Amino acid sequence: MTTTPTTQTPTPVWHPRTPKARITLWFFWLLTVALFVYCWNLMTANTMWVFVYDAPQAASDLFNRAFPPRWTYMERLWKPLWDTINIATLGTLLGIMMAVPLAFLAASNTTPSKVFLRPFALFCIVTSRSINSLIWALLLVSILGPGLLAGILAIAFRSIGFIGKLLYEAIEETEVSQVEAITATGASQAQILNYGIVPQVLPAFYGISVFRWDINIRESAILGLVGAGGIGSQLQASMNVLAWPQVMVILVVILGTVVVSEWVSAWVRKAVI
Amino acid sequence: MLTVDKLNKTYKTGDKALTDVSFTVPKGQVVGLIGPSGAGKSTLIRCINRLVEPTSGSVRLNDTEISRLSVGELRRARRRIGMIFQEYALVERLTVMENVLSGRLGYVPFWRSFLRKFPGDDIAKAYRLLDRVGLMAHADKRADALSGGQRQRVGIARALEQDPELMLIDEPTASLDPKTSRQIMRLLVEICAESSLPAIINIHDVVLAQQFTDRIIGLQAGQVVFDGSPNELTEAVLTQIYGEEDWTAMRRGAAEDAEAEAEAHRETEKLMSAL
Repeated sequence: MTTTPTTQTPTPVWHPRTPKARITLWFFWLLTVALFVYCWNLMTANTMWVFVYDAPQAASDLFNRAFPPRWTYMERLWKPLWDTINIATLGTLLGIMMAVPLAFLAASNTTPSKVFLRPFALFCIVTSRSINSLIWALLLVSILGPGLLAGILAIAFRSIGFIGKLLYEAIEETEVSQVEAITATGASQAQILNYGIVPQVLPAFYGISVFRWDINIRESAILGLVGAGGIGSQLQASMNVLAWPQVMVILVVILGTVVVSEWVSAWVRKAVI
Repeated sequence: MLTVDKLNKTYKTGDKALTDVSFTVPKGQVVGLIGPSGAGKSTLIRCINRLVEPTSGSVRLNDTEISRLSVGELRRARRRIGMIFQEYALVERLTVMENVLSGRLGYVPFWRSFLRKFPGDDIAKAYRLLDRVGLMAHADKRADALSGGQRQRVGIARALEQDPELMLIDEPTASLDPKTSRQIMRLLVEICAESSLPAIINIHDVVLAQQFTDRIIGLQAGQVVFDGSPNELTEAVLTQIYGEEDWTAMRRGAAEDAEAEAEAHRETEKLMSAL
């Protein structure tokens, strides 16, 4: 054997995190566990355990009463189902119409005024997002009275925020070089939008719109609970008279519609990218 | 003719990108602009069509004082300045034809460009240019379906579709392999010669610059440190521009590249004639 060096250099030690980061992480987990224990106590303190103990029995009881579903009830569901789909579709279209201009005003690279219009557009988007469709519907039903129109507007108002936010983020992520190239040809502002920016955000736009439509189908199914039309009204009516076999049919119909809309949305998003 | 006089650019951050840059490019001359990264090459050509606003100094193309134009006049001036970019800067999701026709945007009203109803002459010209750059068969493909060299050809056709009086070319070969780089440089030089277009080519590849351009301007830290013909570009000058390096070795390597390309070309011709 050859001579081994007597003074070997120590193997360097590498840690993926600095000591400070390790301690911070440790405290983060400690806090998370503490919070969980605290919440668990809070939750169980206000639970009436007698109800929880017979929950399996109550659930099976409810299921038995709902079974078999009253399939003949279907003939009264086609119209509300059609209404629901219309609420979702028209609401989404209306939402798109209002969200697209807002998105261009809100995106920092296309806004005509950073000081005034951009904050305004961002404020509209945040307002729309912070209010749930059901609450929009509650407000609108009390303003416009019950019916489809309140539902459509509720869906539209909630969609503005969703579509507006995702679209303006897509606009801000467009490649500057393509816009620069179009500018260099002597194009006007409108032409720069049309050739430099719109083609870049179009796939995102289709994806976002169809995704929102898919969400809106689900949301419009419950709007009837507050009187904004659609299949939700039927659901509420049936629940009020404890007609569980009808409730079962409605839930199956909603599930079927949602599955179909999700399939359509996935298909469209795959096709445009 | 392009005249740049005492051009200065200081960015908002306080970085001085250009200091008193002056030169004149006569009709038909192809100028290679060389210099290390950060020397201000990109800033300089963008100051000419005012994609970057110069701080002071003047830029004059033929009889137009570009540095003093209003927004509307600047748009009209820009349509006569073709620009070619390093990463091609094509609109990826539009077709090749739409990309070439976008060179006419400054000439057509919005509704025509929006509906893609370009005048017949523009379309005929676009087809002629696509034929010239060898992409006739790809006219209706989407730009992102093309290879790097093909995309740069679309970029060239788009710039020519503008009926330019000046070409600004920013690192046309930086994203291309050595062989394609040579083909693109050859095409650019031929096209400028055909219509005696003046051109400024930003290029970091000294050897390509020497091989293809009529004149070389060396930029170092925003100042012109060399302005002369390619064969005056001695090692001393290169060291002044870029710093110490073994320049002869680099040139030998490039000469071998060129030799290999010529060899491959001869081989292909032999094969073709054998068929």
